[in-house]
Amino acid sequence: MTEHLRTEVAIIGGGIVGGSAALFLRKRGIDVTLLETAVCGAKASGVNYGGVRRQGRAVDQLPLARRAHALWAELPALIGTDGEYVRAGHLKLARNEEDLALLEAYRAKTRGYGLNLEIIAGERFRQLYSWLGKGVIAGSLCPEDGHANPRLVSPAFGRAAARLGARVLENHRVTAVHHDGKEFVLRVGDALEIRARVLLNCAGAWGNEFARAFNEPVPEEAIHPLMMVTEPLPVFSDLSLGIQGGSIYARQVARGNVIIGGGRGISAGPDFAQPDFARPGRAAIPTLLAAVGRVMPALANAHVIRFWSGVEGNMPDHNPVLGPSGTTPGLFHAFGFSGAGFQIGPAVGEVLADLVTTGTSAIPIDTFGIARYATSTRTQVDQSHPAGTHEETT
Amino acid sequence: MIGTNNDATAIQPVIVGAGPAGVRAAEALVAAGLRPIMLDEAARAGGQIYRQPPPGFKRPKSALYGSEHHKADGVHRSMDALAGKIDYLTQALVWHCEGNVLDVLVDGVTRTIPYSHLILATGATDRVLPFPGWLTPGVYTLGGSQVALKYQGCAIGADVVFAGTGPLLYLVAYQYAKAGARVRAVLDTARVSDHAAGLTGMLRAPGLLAKGLYYMGWLRAHGVPIHNGIRPVRVLGDERVSGIVWRDAQGRELQVECDAVGYGLALRSETQLASLAGCQFDFNRQDRAWLPTRDRAGRSSVSGVYVAGDGAGIAGADAAELAGERAGLALIEDLGMKVDAARAQDLEKQLAGIGRVRQALERSFPFPTDWAESVQDDLVICRCEEITAGTLRACVAETGAREMNRVKALTRVGMGRCQGRMCSAGATELLAHALKVGPEQVGRLRSQPPVKPFPIRVMVEEQS
Repeated sequence: MTEHLRTEVAIIGGGIVGGSAALFLRKRGIDVTLLETAVCGAKASGVNYGGVRRQGRAVDQLPLARRAHALWAELPALIGTDGEYVRAGHLKLARNEEDLALLEAYRAKTRGYGLNLEIIAGERFRQLYSWLGKGVIAGSLCPEDGHANPRLVSPAFGRAAARLGARVLENHRVTAVHHDGKEFVLRVGDALEIRARVLLNCAGAWGNEFARAFNEPVPEEAIHPLMMVTEPLPVFSDLSLGIQGGSIYARQVARGNVIIGGGRGISAGPDFAQPDFARPGRAAIPTLLAAVGRVMPALANAHVIRFWSGVEGNMPDHNPVLGPSGTTPGLFHAFGFSGAGFQIGPAVGEVLADLVTTGTSAIPIDTFGIARYATSTRTQVDQSHPAGTHEETT
Repeated sequence: MIGTNNDATAIQPVIVGAGPAGVRAAEALVAAGLRPIMLDEAARAGGQIYRQPPPGFKRPKSALYGSEHHKADGVHRSMDALAGKIDYLTQALVWHCEGNVLDVLVDGVTRTIPYSHLILATGATDRVLPFPGWLTPGVYTLGGSQVALKYQGCAIGADVVFAGTGPLLYLVAYQYAKAGARVRAVLDTARVSDHAAGLTGMLRAPGLLAKGLYYMGWLRAHGVPIHNGIRPVRVLGDERVSGIVWRDAQGRELQVECDAVGYGLALRSETQLASLAGCQFDFNRQDRAWLPTRDRAGRSSVSGVYVAGDGAGIAGADAAELAGERAGLALIEDLGMKVDAARAQDLEKQLAGIGRVRQALERSFPFPTDWAESVQDDLVICRCEEITAGTLRACVAETGAREMNRVKALTRVGMGRCQGRMCSAGATELLAHALKVGPEQVGRLRSQPPVKPFPIRVMVEEQS
């Protein structure tokens, strides 16, 4: 027997974005139902590195990041937990003069967004960060960036929304969705049918599946960032570290464990009961360990106690798909955060609530519109296939 | 050379664990003309129960293994006879399994060892349900107490109390008393009526029953008090164990002075590699744990992966020998080679018989299902991360968490060095109790590599 439910706004995906959208919609008194395949904050936003970082983002993302920065400051009032959030600084490291020049250029480009970047080099850098390897020569410090515990923060958004009256349905996988001309119809197998006036696609790495259901597929791919954690060590730094040009990123939590990310894990594949479940994978582990030894030689004798991974949606330009659908009025997308959704997540939820209630957002999001891929997909087809063929490109 | 065969079609069986199951499996494979690779964490073969001391230690096997010394010797001799016929890697930590390849850390070098077939004979460790004071220096597991004696020839203390339940409780107490320690008491959570209830079933294994009764009788005859139906209340002492308090069957609190406590409630299987290999798991009521699904021959749900011995389900060393051989035969059979069907059948029959004895043992030494309700909120359940029972209960009450992995994420239980190997039994019981469901309802912790911690500074094997 199918249960029927009517809601004003249906949200697919209980990560930090979907949870935050539900929370801000409830703050405005809107009836909202959030559907999550597993449990809130279990896939990408709850198992990620936990960086709460503005530095290094594309300039287009900085208005969102600035608003998110203000929301993070109110975190306990917002979601009922501090989520181990600390504004201890984000230090982006340079390994050579070219890196340093890029950090300086970024600082110049982002003036006016409140990042207050400070370049530290030479003897002062060596003194302040004596525990860093000789291979790094300078860094750009964003003093009010920091880190938090994603395992605690992300699920707390869904819970906070539920406390304000949102219907949060965990272990509800949306199996079909369409617009019947009047409203959205979502099905959770044969168990539940939901009708909603507005639909938010916050499905992370599965976002493209739902975009495709509304005829606007995008080139999103799933990525599985490789993470590791050491045993608890004497506290040497509360900074969050990044490296210009990639490699690893690292932070030490108050308990003393050092959490380090870098490289990619793997999808568990069809042999596992849950095909969308990520594994650390073997391939990137030696590279990650070697990089840790170079960047933080003092950690070489520390023990790694766990590797893990998650499932995130990645876009070719590393910017999310955020904004109204190009095909279906009442549908809004917010997915494909490309491994950098945690910090801006709370602000994205607020923007979605604005879009639902007012039709517009004070924060510029045009860059993230889904139309940018609708166009480029057509272009690719035109370039790669002679007229008259209808092969899909992926 | 090990692991250098690049021919993807080559048959390369790998056995993890050189205890009774692993040794018998290797023997079966060698008899069929195969050359398995055997990997073991210890320096010498024998597993936990037939663990060998380092070379040069002079205690005779009869002293080390008691009535089981012939069996121990049999396993050791078989292993010696396999020299040159298998590739044997000692002190090798298998820390990951993915895509028919094992990651193995030996002497600070991690190397990959591909397999066509994998027999997991990974054994077991003690099952521990915490009680106040269990983290006091001087408290050991029963298995740990035995390892100290067998491997290093030293006792955990001079005045020792052994507490918990299971056959190991009496065996270790006996071994300690024989080795010259003063065993101040044996505190068994099983009641005398439990022992009696299991007695009929134990008649199927008269040898085992006789041994158990002998240990109990010997201990009593040597003035060691045995208390049944007890519940441990707390370990006394701050810097070091100074005594233990327990509640007897009548509800009275009693205490005895001691300088060490050996404690454990039967055993729990080491199943991480089976989990990483993608094996399906079922909840096993008798072991009160999730175990890899297997058929009577030891085939897991993953083609080419076999499980045998206590790592596949607790059944003891005799069963491990039989199951190891049976898994070896299954592997040979799956290669399309001929096996002695009568032998395979006989092994399965003997294993079924031991299975029935195991049921009787479980009645004799039942799991204390009332443990979780007795636990105070301030009791530390996860020692790596210092997570208390109260934290776990609050997580259930405040977050709606209903599953082990969720509770792990929200509280850090099982996130420390042991990765839940030690604390998950207690955490599972507490979570189930808080949710008023059975332990099978709260799921099992997903395994992540590494199986055990290793230093960041590892060398990666040079690719040939």
